[in-house]
Amino acid sequence: MTDTTSGDSSKTSLARALQLDTRLLGMIGAFVAICLVFHLLTGQRFLTPRNIFNLTIQTASVAIMATGMVFVIVTRHIDLSVGSLLAVCSAVMALVQVWVMPQLLGLGIGHPATAPLAILAGLVVGTAIGAFNGWLVGYLSIPAFIVTLGGLLVWRNVAWYLTSGQTLGPLDPNFQLFGGINGTIGVAASWVVGALAVAASLWFMWSARQKKAGHGFTVKPLWAEAVMMGIVAALILGFVAILNAYQVPVARLERIFAARGETLPEGYTEGYGLPISVLVLIAIAVAMTVVARRTRFGRYVFATGGNPEAAALSGINTRLLTVKIFALMGALCALSAVVASARAANHANDIGTLDELRVIAAAVIGGTALSGGVGTIYGAILGALIMQSLQSGMAMVGVESPFQNIVVGSVLVLAVFIDILYRKRSGALK
Amino acid sequence: MRSTILLAAVVTTALSSTAFAQTVGVSWSNFQEERWKTDEAAIRGALEAAGATYVSADAQSSSSKQLSDIEALISQGVDALIILAQDSAAIGPAVEAATDEGIPVVAYDRLIEDDRAFYLTFDNMEVGRMQAAEVFKRVPEGNYVMIKGSSTDPNADFLRAGQQEVLQAAIDAGKITIVGEAYTDSWLPANAQRNMEQFLTANDNAVDAVVASNDGTAGGAVAALTAQGMQGIPVSGQDADHAALNRIAQGTQTVSVWKDSRELGREAAEIALALAADPEASVEGQVEWTSPAGTVLRSKFLVPVPVTQDNLPVIVEAGWITQEALCQGVSGGPAPCN
Repeated sequence: MTDTTSGDSSKTSLARALQLDTRLLGMIGAFVAICLVFHLLTGQRFLTPRNIFNLTIQTASVAIMATGMVFVIVTRHIDLSVGSLLAVCSAVMALVQVWVMPQLLGLGIGHPATAPLAILAGLVVGTAIGAFNGWLVGYLSIPAFIVTLGGLLVWRNVAWYLTSGQTLGPLDPNFQLFGGINGTIGVAASWVVGALAVAASLWFMWSARQKKAGHGFTVKPLWAEAVMMGIVAALILGFVAILNAYQVPVARLERIFAARGETLPEGYTEGYGLPISVLVLIAIAVAMTVVARRTRFGRYVFATGGNPEAAALSGINTRLLTVKIFALMGALCALSAVVASARAANHANDIGTLDELRVIAAAVIGGTALSGGVGTIYGAILGALIMQSLQSGMAMVGVESPFQNIVVGSVLVLAVFIDILYRKRSGALK
Repeated sequence: MRSTILLAAVVTTALSSTAFAQTVGVSWSNFQEERWKTDEAAIRGALEAAGATYVSADAQSSSSKQLSDIEALISQGVDALIILAQDSAAIGPAVEAATDEGIPVVAYDRLIEDDRAFYLTFDNMEVGRMQAAEVFKRVPEGNYVMIKGSSTDPNADFLRAGQQEVLQAAIDAGKITIVGEAYTDSWLPANAQRNMEQFLTANDNAVDAVVASNDGTAGGAVAALTAQGMQGIPVSGQDADHAALNRIAQGTQTVSVWKDSRELGREAAEIALALAADPEASVEGQVEWTSPAGTVLRSKFLVPVPVTQDNLPVIVEAGWITQEALCQGVSGGPAPCN
């Protein structure tokens, strides 16, 4: 990255010393600004532990798919069928839970094998449909826009046909753990996870530094490394602290205790802690980032996105690569379907409607360029979070629905415009 | 940062526990439909009269957005919730979250399959009976088409059950044949029209009456009939949409069962306030009612009014529609359009 403004302000030089992505900083700044504005407008109800908890579980489903969409868009394709794919996977998983396992196999409701088998079935279906889409795009050379536009109609209605349009539920109790509020790991376990995450990221940052230095690259000053480590640790632990601070309501505790045949001890309280759905998202984000940066597959994806012809000429099997990318997208749709349907505790026929637009918007707001070759996983997740914050915030303020959609649409266009300006200035785009 | 948040939380709790004014949150499933504006005005009016505050959210026909909406309303510290559910089952987690916070839930017009909700609606079986009865009065023998509501809306089946009750004897006697029956996805008139066109084609237009479940679907059915020059055969509906009342004045629709949504809105607001003050409060006219899925919930059923050419003046006098709108394009029709 060549900097044409040659960093005359002290801010830029600080950011450079810390080797921060200024684009990422800008996004975080926008996100914080949105949160603060809503916090004021809602009478200081937006940045409460409860609402932050809600935001994370509301974002999970779209964010999971957005990580896959990054790969799709980076290779200059598009996937308009993700919402419909989610619906098919959700329908299949719901059928396994309310029909195949309890009735067809006679195992009854709540059998321990139900949830794993349902998720497995969803993953198989999602991956297969995704791979099929990829085959149509890669080997038959049908444009991805058309394949997935067709898929948008086909798969949504396959889901409808499978369930006869009925709402299926309630889903398996173990399966519902992936839905957010029904599945949190509690305060103590959250601290453990938080501490492990801090340890892992600090170790990773340190070893990356050692490696760089070992290869003779210049590394940022030690103080800068320490500041970065401090910020990362504070962010992780702060996040855990906030989710832990959201107390389980007394009526819910009473119900949980009553279900166990006990009575609620006087003055007993409990925090929610990390939701399992958010853990799933974090795990996927880490895995996808590693795939993007550390594997051959990931490098091929970005190479092909940057210049498909050159990539093909240099021996990358771009057709097979397309199949793999779409298959991965399908698998992520299945995981997203787990989170979305578990959250509603039911499979509803309208599940995932318009999600394709939210997912694409999240990836694009997160800095994935439709012209290919550029995109980050964390950017897409942040994009999803920004979109959801706007939606939830406006719902809390009581903005009328036409204006809600007008704002979200305008933000999408504005974000891409700012991104283009940024790239022009930084010289990445002529 | 964290201490600010905690401080804010403490301040908010302190405020909400000392304040007397109640806040009622309303979660609408889809505000694009015209009729909910009337309901909103009624709810808002009743709440403001009682000194309470109205807050709302629109789920835009998405059951997952409705879940997020209700979480946001709860975060805003509402004392009671009125929910027009997009999906009677998928709304479950939202009701659970509300009850956990000790917030009473009024299921507005659409059933919520949860025994902790208070179900307020017009008697939909009765609506179905009225629809079928008015059509049956005019066509006691012949081929019927049943245009049902959305398959995800339990009201659709209550309506259909009520219709069946009235027609059963004639069906058993072989006087009435049902030649077509279909759910209308999302209650969309375009889907009703498509279904009606299919039934007309399949039966070579040998259809004598249409029992449609609401005015939107009736409009779709009438459009399909008009295309075949068959307008004027009995068609039922409900909601007293302005377009439907105009059709009744013109003679292309037979009946629209009128559920005065202003009454429904007012009742909902009053029940929500009563339950916010005391969750176990008993409401006048309250009954224990068992849903088709076997859920027993506290319910209240309001009685609807069938509007036909014989009683059109009633609806004008009630201020529901102006005479000009009712009689638009009608000359020499029934009172008050003569």
